[in-house]
Amino acid sequence: MRQFAGFGTAAQTNERYKFLLEHGQTGLSVAFSLHTIYGYEADNEYALGEVGKEGVSIDTLKDMETLFDSIDLSKISTSMTINAPAAILLAMYIVTAEKQGHSPDLLRGTIQNDILKEYIAQKSWIFPPEESMRLIIDTIEYCTQHVPQWYTVSISGYHIREAGSTAVQELAFTLADGFAYVEAAMERGLNVDDFAPRLSFFFNAHNNFFEELCKYRAARRIWAKRMKNKYGAKKPESLRLRFHTQTAGVSLTAQEPENNIVRVTLQGLAAVLGGTQSLHTNSFDEALCLPTEKAVKIALRTQQIIANESGVADTVDPLAGSYYVESLTNRMEEEAEAYFFKIEELGGVIPAIKANFFQKEIANASYKYQQEIEKNERIVVGVNDFQLREACSTPLLKIDDQVSKVQIDLLNKIRKNRDNEMVKAKLEKLKIAAQGSENLMPYIMDTVREYASIGEIISTLKEVFGTYDEDSIF
Amino acid sequence: MSENRRIKVLVCKPGLDGHDRGAKVIARALRDAGMEVIYTGIHQTPDDVVNTVIQEDPDAVILSILSGAHNALCPMIMEKLKEKDIDDVLVAVGGIIPDEDKPFLEKHGLKGFQGPGTELKEIVEFVKTNLKR
Repeated sequence: MRQFAGFGTAAQTNERYKFLLEHGQTGLSVAFSLHTIYGYEADNEYALGEVGKEGVSIDTLKDMETLFDSIDLSKISTSMTINAPAAILLAMYIVTAEKQGHSPDLLRGTIQNDILKEYIAQKSWIFPPEESMRLIIDTIEYCTQHVPQWYTVSISGYHIREAGSTAVQELAFTLADGFAYVEAAMERGLNVDDFAPRLSFFFNAHNNFFEELCKYRAARRIWAKRMKNKYGAKKPESLRLRFHTQTAGVSLTAQEPENNIVRVTLQGLAAVLGGTQSLHTNSFDEALCLPTEKAVKIALRTQQIIANESGVADTVDPLAGSYYVESLTNRMEEEAEAYFFKIEELGGVIPAIKANFFQKEIANASYKYQQEIEKNERIVVGVNDFQLREACSTPLLKIDDQVSKVQIDLLNKIRKNRDNEMVKAKLEKLKIAAQGSENLMPYIMDTVREYASIGEIISTLKEVFGTYDEDSIF
Repeated sequence: MSENRRIKVLVCKPGLDGHDRGAKVIARALRDAGMEVIYTGIHQTPDDVVNTVIQEDPDAVILSILSGAHNALCPMIMEKLKEKDIDDVLVAVGGIIPDEDKPFLEKHGLKGFQGPGTELKEIVEFVKTNLKR
């Protein structure tokens, strides 16, 4: 049970983490502020109005130290939802643990580190696709050698689905991304059985109960077959598709928000029946704001009730053999295979991204979905049917606009107190390394140790890698 | 405005928020309703938005923000438009805009505030009836 959380400053989020751990949560899951996700410092023009709004604001190692203050990093597992600058946040985490006295091989957790779905759906890229892939393979290689218990890429369908894809598109595009990482890591010269067991997946749990649980079953089948037959994996762990599931944020309604508790319960149940290894149940107020403490607690309780009271977690794949479940699983697998064929025809995932293939498929699917709602071909209770006309009020979580000021003050203090000559020297070394083909992780860790900010590290890499822009199609 | 001219709408995603599903669906719905639609894509600074308004001269600007940055970004866009003497363009914002923020945004001249669950035809109608020229 691992609920996604992060807001405001590192100190504020640290309080929320301690609250969640006290209430029985067994792992932490970090949501980062948008400026951190894009690698800008809190006082950058682009950070205006965003600091701490959607997640915790991290600029330097100092913030990471505060975030995990009094939390023993050798005892918990931490999932960090970070992509373009994932290597930097992982470096900060490793150094924070080092300062707590723990060696990297004790660390357990996940970085999302899935850049392909950013180009496809979520849009928080920084560098062009090829350079981004290099950084990802650097982290895979580094972790394989030094942080063996770390999950290096969380290959994510969640955002593809939230952007409007169908269940089959989520399945197909996500697995295609997974195969692209496997191929790139093998090209680097890594042995498939050395890194594949540390890849994991992250899927959405949407409303259609059977379609969702069959999606997970199809995903496991496709992955196991390909890993064995195409990539020659031999270890059983390489063939296993491990996945985290989050219920569909996009399915939550702003109208009668309490109804979302029921939606989330059904979605969570589908994920558990489909075999998910970990689950995030959304809070009922998330169509309105970041979740309040009360809503977070109900969401956690929902999981605990599914896990401990319903008995559904007692049997592996309990719906196997049902004629409907098996035929739907087969059909989804076939439809996914048809997509793999198309992607291959386009030259692979990166060329397909550059041709806007995924983006167009998703835009078409999401427009169709919305039209079905408007024509009442798809019922959303309380929205296009069974509506109530009375206004309701839900207490909302407000993020104090002071957060930005506090964070910028912290950043300025760091800039003043660190050894700026040393920071400059380490950034220069990173830049030279980036021009070559060495693994960048050790260089990034050296800059982090000197309290270089994420903005400084990203700017340095941008000088070498350049940036990326997409065609804005709709 | 004359009945023969197509309504021209600029759909923008200001700030770092990448949640562009709503913006894209709305852009397409307005286009299907016969309007001329320009979609800027994501990551627009207030200056980017204003520059595009100057270049394209739309009848309406629709800002889509789901990140909570609306109170910082919207007034700044309005101010910059005012500096350029642009006052005949409908500027609307939608996404996740809490009720309590609406009076503040209204004071700065923003309209709309449509959130999740709003029907597309309602948005088309809103644009048609709130144009300033």
